[in-house]
Amino acid sequence: MIATLQIFLIISAALFSIGLLAALSRRHAIFILIGIEMMLAAANLNFIAFWQFSPVRAPQPVGVMFVIFTIAIAAAEAAVGLAMVIAVYRHFRTTNVDQLTRLKG
Amino acid sequence: MNSVAFAVIAIFTLVFAVAAATNPRLMHAALSFAVMFVGIAAFFFLLGAEFVGLVQIFVYVGAVAVLIVFTILLTRRDAEERHGFKWGGVVVAIGVFVGLVWAILKTNSLPTLPYLVKAVTVKEIGTTLMTQDVWPLMCVGVLLTAALIGALVLVMEDEP
Amino acid sequence: MTDWITRNVWLVPATPIVAALLILGFGKHARRAATGVAILGQIAALIVSTCAFVPTLHSHEFRAFENFTWFTFGEQSLRIGFVLDPLAAAMMVMITLVGLCIFVFSLGYMADDKNFSRFFAYLSFFSGAMLGVVVANSLLLLFVFWELVGLASYLLIGFWIERPSAAAAAKKAFITTRIGDMGFFLGILWLYHQSGTLLFYDGGHGCLENVALLGASSTFIALLIFCGAAGKSGQFPLHVWLPDAMEGPTPVSALIHAATMVAAGVFLVARVYPIFSAGAVNGVTSSLIVVVWIGVVTGLMAALIAVAQSDIKRILAYSTVSQLGLMMVSLGVGGVAAGIMHLLAHGFFKALLFLGAGSVIHGLHHEQDIRKMGGLRKLMPVTFATYAVGMLALSGVPFFFSGGWTKEEVLHATSHWPSSHVPYFLLLLGVVLTALYMTRQVMYVFFGSSRAGSDHHAHESPSVMTVPLIILALCAIGLSIFLTPAWPWLESYLLGHEAHIDAHLLLQPMILVSLVLVGAGIGLGFWLYRRAGEVDPLQQKVPAVYRFLENKMWIDEIYEHTILALAAFASRVSDWMDRYIWDGLVRVIGGIGQIFGALTKGADEGVINAGVDETTVGARGVGRAMSRLHSGQIQIYLGVIALGMLALFLFYAWLT
Repeated sequence: MIATLQIFLIISAALFSIGLLAALSRRHAIFILIGIEMMLAAANLNFIAFWQFSPVRAPQPVGVMFVIFTIAIAAAEAAVGLAMVIAVYRHFRTTNVDQLTRLKG
Repeated sequence: MNSVAFAVIAIFTLVFAVAAATNPRLMHAALSFAVMFVGIAAFFFLLGAEFVGLVQIFVYVGAVAVLIVFTILLTRRDAEERHGFKWGGVVVAIGVFVGLVWAILKTNSLPTLPYLVKAVTVKEIGTTLMTQDVWPLMCVGVLLTAALIGALVLVMEDEP
Repeated sequence: MTDWITRNVWLVPATPIVAALLILGFGKHARRAATGVAILGQIAALIVSTCAFVPTLHSHEFRAFENFTWFTFGEQSLRIGFVLDPLAAAMMVMITLVGLCIFVFSLGYMADDKNFSRFFAYLSFFSGAMLGVVVANSLLLLFVFWELVGLASYLLIGFWIERPSAAAAAKKAFITTRIGDMGFFLGILWLYHQSGTLLFYDGGHGCLENVALLGASSTFIALLIFCGAAGKSGQFPLHVWLPDAMEGPTPVSALIHAATMVAAGVFLVARVYPIFSAGAVNGVTSSLIVVVWIGVVTGLMAALIAVAQSDIKRILAYSTVSQLGLMMVSLGVGGVAAGIMHLLAHGFFKALLFLGAGSVIHGLHHEQDIRKMGGLRKLMPVTFATYAVGMLALSGVPFFFSGGWTKEEVLHATSHWPSSHVPYFLLLLGVVLTALYMTRQVMYVFFGSSRAGSDHHAHESPSVMTVPLIILALCAIGLSIFLTPAWPWLESYLLGHEAHIDAHLLLQPMILVSLVLVGAGIGLGFWLYRRAGEVDPLQQKVPAVYRFLENKMWIDEIYEHTILALAAFASRVSDWMDRYIWDGLVRVIGGIGQIFGALTKGADEGVINAGVDETTVGARGVGRAMSRLHSGQIQIYLGVIALGMLALFLFYAWLT
């Protein structure tokens, strides 16, 4: 098996789908965060793969830059998200997203 | 490029990803999540982005995974319950996967060159961060500060 | 070293101000740290000012200044700076030394106060602001520090803000001095307009070095500046705040009346003396004549009032007003050195007297009425001894006490004034009165037997309070070494001459005159008050005069019925105008507006609103329908997004 760009893209697509699965199917709020992190990781993998396989090499490591910023933003997102989980738990005494329907129209 | 190594890493990553997404026990799922990121970091190493790989390990395995574990511990009473599983999500996820794979395979213009590992040095990254990407860097700094403060405010007790 | 200190003389005011900020930063409960920092700051200021004092000794006419640009606007730039000359150096040493004694004394006096650390912060701030006045080399910078002194005095006089009388006294002090400062500020503006610079000394370009350029306007500028000086130094029309300022804690009174605030006015006149004496004929200018007469009136009037006061601190306050009048006379007749010497000596012995009074008040548990005291000589021996030194110095007993020599100098200068001899004789009367009221006070407080039984629990103050008294008493006596006519070192130092020793000058006919006068005053006091009871002997003999003096010549009442009544009348007129004329106009305009409003309201409700209402009802219906889509289930939202993506794929597949 030759590691081509296609293989990388398929692996990252799989990772993305697994993240989506975690975010959609699990009822615990933390899993939504885990799923989102996985999807972000899949996107990062894509960035790196496209950067490494691109026929034209830019003078700057553009893909790496993207990934660095994505990681920083993902870390911020994780911190805020987890803080929200704790705040929600404190308020409603549950982390089951099915029960958190205060925004129901 | 060692195909075997690649296959092993791919399987390792995907297995732990599935475990993280489906394991009914929260703590195990969180630990699988951490291990999965080691796999992704290995991909980065393989693709010549060692620095990003290391950052990935530091940030995810070191920090985010620990945060998740703490959150689980703090919401302990809810952690062990049988939240169950929604099969609708599985269907949608498989649908998206099929769609993506179809799109990837359909695209003919993808470069198929066997890649040449040309590692990027930390010096290059640093130079780029301080010259071309200095504004995004500043913005990310502000964002991280705001996120940190926001997280603190969110978890603060209402009454002392 | 010499070079360094002349360049960094700003350190002297900066040290106490930094100390004050530090103390405020420490917060309310750091009492130890507060006192430590305050006293350390004062000691540091004392050391630096002593270092600054040394180079001024070496050469005559020493004057070093350091100017810099504060800010630039357009072509012009405003420059400020600091100056070091004998006048500033002597004042700095006096202020820091007296200040240090007062700080230490406050340790004991304020020990029980709950705002102890705040008190020390204000005290440090006050002393720093005063030192700033002394070293400023620009009238503007001086004015800034001048106002800071005013602010600090406001804070300190009203320190016991919970007492309504203290709050009123603080306001009175602030507003009264502000009246003078307005004149001062106008004077500054005029001076800037005329001379283009506010620097005192600038290597030949300063405003004091070119007073000839001012021409006729110098008289008016000098008089406007004198307004400020009169306000701060409690001269006649504006003296009313000074006795009321006794509402502050006693160490504050000591600081205000000895070392800082009141000294500022006299110092200011001495600093800008070239403006006052510009174009002098025979040493007399019209502005100096005004200074002399204001000083004479103040000195005599305050001395008379002091005779009939019964509050121990108020007597001292009026004596301060009277002594300040004396200094002003001295400056006015040309005896600048004599006036400043009297200011310096007065700083020491008046601080001593106030702290002594504080010690008495402390020992008697905040009793201030001298008629209820008595016989404290045996109970408070240290306080009595030091107080007696202060009293003799203030009365002007010659030979041994600094006050005697300086008063002598002032009288000497006044007797040679070419314009008139009346001030001289009035000052002689003032000398008698000073000796009289000080004797009266000492007789009441320390001699005789106790009245009203207040001495049963009287006690000598702790050593933290008596040691500063002793130091100040030694200064009051020791300073006289430098003041004798035989070796007038301080005068020569201030004037920039060489001091000569001439023992023949020690005995002059003048000194006999003052010896007789002071003796008469003290003797009269002894005789009058030897058996003084609850009722003042003067009150028994001439009740009308006593009542007139006791009520401070009704000056406060006169102000109340003239100036304040005028202000009240003006306010009433404005109120009436406001109520009937302006308000009527406003009402008419408002009425027109109301009519228009009624008209538009009809149009609005009938036409526009109806259309808008219909639209809203429709929008609400749509909104209600759409809100059904929101289940509140976050995962459904995410799933819909994913399905949207799938739909895009299908659309793409259909396209290709």
